[in-house]
Amino acid sequence: MTQDTIAWRVSGGSGDGIDSTSRNYAKALMRSGLNIYTHRHYPSRIRGGHTYVEIRAGDEPVQSRGAGFDFLLCLGDSFARSEQEGAIYGNEELKPLTEQFDELHEGGIIVYDTGQFDEDDIAETELEERAEENNWHVYPVDLRGIAQEHGRAVMRNTAGLGVTAALLDQDVDMIEELIEENMSGDMRDANLEVLHSAYERALEFDESHDLVAPEGSHDEEHALLTGSDGIAYGALDAGCRFISGYPMTPWTDVFRIMSQKLPKYGGIAEQVEDEIASATLALGASHAGVKAMSGSAGGGFALMTEALGLAEMTETPVVYVEAMRAGPSTGLPTKTEQGDLEHVLYSSQGDSCRVVFAPANAEEAYEQSRQAFELAYDYHLPALVVYDQKLEGELRSVPVSHFDQEPAPDLGSTLTEEELRDAAHDASGKFERFQHSVEGAKEGVSPRSIPGQKGGRFLASGNESAPTGHISEDPVNRKNQMDRRLRKLTAIRGELDDGETNQTTAGPEDAEYGILTWGSTQDTVLEAVDQLNEEGHSVKAMGVSDLMPYPEAEVTEFLESVEECLVVEMNASAQFRGLTQKELGRFGDKMSSLLKYNGEPFRHNEIVEAFKDSIDGGQPAAQNVKFVPAAGD
Amino acid sequence: MSAFSAINDEEQEIDQDTFTPGIEPQATWCPGCGDFGVLKALKQAMPEVGRTPDETMLVTGIGCSGKLNSYFDCYGYHSIHGRSLPIARAAKLANPGLEVIAAGGDGDGYGIGGNHFMHTARENHDITYIVFNNEIFGLTKGQTSPTSPKGHKSKTQPSGSAKDPVRPLTLSLASGASYVARTAAVNPRQAKEVLKEAIEHDGFAHVDFLTQCPTWNKDAKEYVPYTDIQDDDEFDFDITDRREAADAMYEAESRLWEGEVLTGRFYHDTERPSYAEEKRSIGEAPEDSLAERYFDDDAEWGKSVEEIRQHHT
Ligand SMILES: Cc1ncc(C[n+]2csc(CCOP(=O)(O)OP(=O)(O)O)c2C)c(N)n1
Ligand code: SF4
Repeated sequence: MTQDTIAWRVSGGSGDGIDSTSRNYAKALMRSGLNIYTHRHYPSRIRGGHTYVEIRAGDEPVQSRGAGFDFLLCLGDSFARSEQEGAIYGNEELKPLTEQFDELHEGGIIVYDTGQFDEDDIAETELEERAEENNWHVYPVDLRGIAQEHGRAVMRNTAGLGVTAALLDQDVDMIEELIEENMSGDMRDANLEVLHSAYERALEFDESHDLVAPEGSHDEEHALLTGSDGIAYGALDAGCRFISGYPMTPWTDVFRIMSQKLPKYGGIAEQVEDEIASATLALGASHAGVKAMSGSAGGGFALMTEALGLAEMTETPVVYVEAMRAGPSTGLPTKTEQGDLEHVLYSSQGDSCRVVFAPANAEEAYEQSRQAFELAYDYHLPALVVYDQKLEGELRSVPVSHFDQEPAPDLGSTLTEEELRDAAHDASGKFERFQHSVEGAKEGVSPRSIPGQKGGRFLASGNESAPTGHISEDPVNRKNQMDRRLRKLTAIRGELDDGETNQTTAGPEDAEYGILTWGSTQDTVLEAVDQLNEEGHSVKAMGVSDLMPYPEAEVTEFLESVEECLVVEMNASAQFRGLTQKELGRFGDKMSSLLKYNGEPFRHNEIVEAFKDSIDGGQPAAQNVKFVPAAGD
Repeated sequence: MSAFSAINDEEQEIDQDTFTPGIEPQATWCPGCGDFGVLKALKQAMPEVGRTPDETMLVTGIGCSGKLNSYFDCYGYHSIHGRSLPIARAAKLANPGLEVIAAGGDGDGYGIGGNHFMHTARENHDITYIVFNNEIFGLTKGQTSPTSPKGHKSKTQPSGSAKDPVRPLTLSLASGASYVARTAAVNPRQAKEVLKEAIEHDGFAHVDFLTQCPTWNKDAKEYVPYTDIQDDDEFDFDITDRREAADAMYEAESRLWEGEVLTGRFYHDTERPSYAEEKRSIGEAPEDSLAERYFDDDAEWGKSVEEIRQHHT
């Protein structure tokens, strides 16, 4: 079975090293010249339970997890039970094996650890009959035994990689190289022994399967990054030197990365008492002249919304990250959703005056994180980067050159002391920070000063204020100030429209049908559209990454050009379709929705199927999704 | 030359008028309000500390107390209810050269902002925190506050509060503040001295400032005699000793509930390093001012691609 992509899955218990094992293997595959996409599935539990990581690799760019997988390395669930403590989690031990059956392709491979599983238990599962039905090739190997023989039981992950390499006819050197880089001393030596021993043993297996890893080559160096890496590195290169936060999945990843990097870059990271503090600390640092960020997941963001409004009113630049997981409330802590859209757009009192980006992938996360800082500091408003648990954890291979960009430590519309001398001051020498319009400045922007600068003294207030910052309830001033702040959004839209677009498109320009989506679902849709066109349908897609200010012109043009459009998103109330309709004021009769909100991201084939069904006017067959017809249908 | 030349500017002459805004602020405090006492003491203390308006940042919360920012001219941030401390903390970390003062009411600081109060004290940030303690919610028109005495009747507690008031001094000390004092608007000489010392203190300085609210709190302690705890023979304690200070605070707070007012300095720890110093010593904060770097053409800005090459390829 030669194929352009292969999907390899490793399953086991949380805490089993599944993450590091898969990361290593993904890196090895990337170095061999393949493009990588990984999907991580884990329960809200520290140890045990069943977790898996899937790596999809191919010569051509891989944009999503694809449909199903080809190879299962099942390590067993070593931490699921503690008999001494009387904590035994029912019959979960076999889940790392049995839970994977439904998605394993025909002709696929299963390697499981006989050192972890009881063969009698396995005999009671459907393994044998399903293997026969699906022509699976099953290899029971004592990975634990091999590991113990040459090192320690935990090294059975490494043994698993050795077996994988042998069965897929891969060069074991590429894994060896990574072990040598990442480990040292006895640990390294033992792991290398385990690797080679497992590899040699697996070479002796009867290889009746015909699965081989695809081959590829990169003409430039690639890096393996998650969406969180993208946001964090984008922030660093944008000159961000202050982060404050409080842990909450899935935001914790950006917070962790920044906390580890910032001291090296001469910056400051602060873990504080709660999200209210974390959001306001970022404002304090920014007001004092440092590029600052904070963030959280939905629940923590709920606490941050008060500060978001304060940032809008005081015109304090700041970048907030909102990492979505399935809600409401604490919802499904480790599962994905795009359900916080309305929360990020409109939360906090008064009219929203913020920029909101929803990047599609790690590359865009980097770009839009930089862009968020640039706009926040040029226009003095909060800029939000919204992403979700899917993008937080998915590893993608990206050309390194993409990140080879100059840092942008510019503080935006901020005056120097020299410029302050010529700026407007009131009778007492107070700088008129909030003037209704300033010649030469960006539309709606009154340039600011930083505490400690001579002649820049002003008051920033959460109350409406006059140009000097003094609290004012004067109706004329109020209207002027409100209009000025809102003009910034129009100017930003203009700036974004003039630049390279953040929206992605795919498919033939004159296609009959459209698929519209946003955020992390974009690349999955692009892959679906490719397949649909290959199958003879006439479809194009648009993935939206700018949520506020909304890319009206681009989406209007797209919707006008198609007969019908399917809007794909991961929530139950079609929030993005609602936003589109609100912003454009029409197209209600053209848009139907494909929604998924069971905690799992879309697979591209689900979109393919649903598209076919919906064109026929039917209900999509898959049970995982919901279809909402267009108005008037 | 520094981008922040107001910092440590010794040329500018400073007196209390320097901090008076040129424009008459909208009169929002009632006649006879104790908040005027804080304003006056602060204006008197600043010239003695030698700080200019342009190098001073005052962060206030919400409440009548929060209006301090309209009457006191410096870099100001009039924020939201209870949040002055986190804003102040970060500003000081971002630019250690600034003189950062936070101020708010008892509702603001001991109620809605209670969590921040505890943690700011615990971390010992080098900022001064002035709490206008009038034992009432002033701005929202006279509801019971965290420091209102037990039995205090208000529109929202018509049968009288069933709660013991908080003990701000003890709470502050237990949380880790390195300077704790209580002063009062009716005692301007002491108030000025205390504020001066608090501002000069290198660490978290908490001043519980008793103010009267003649509009909503007729029972305010404006007419009772004030005793300076340091001048009183009954209290002979070492203000650098936590345990002795704690006893004195406990006593002072209990007596306040009975109507006797004891003020003065309660605790002063000059040994404990400030939070920023601690952070610098473990390499988690830079030696210089972060804010300064954005104006420095020679500053080196690390590029993440190096990091990406090293860890992700
Ligand atoms: C989040 C929030 N809750 C409530 C209010 C309404 N509010 C304004 S001032 C205040 C009480 C202020 O009391 P205190 O801090 O004691 O200050 P004072 O007015 O007595 O100086 C309240 C509850 C608000 N502005 N924000
Ligand atoms: S209501 Fe009370 S605290 Fe507020 S200004 Fe009037 S007297 Fe002062």
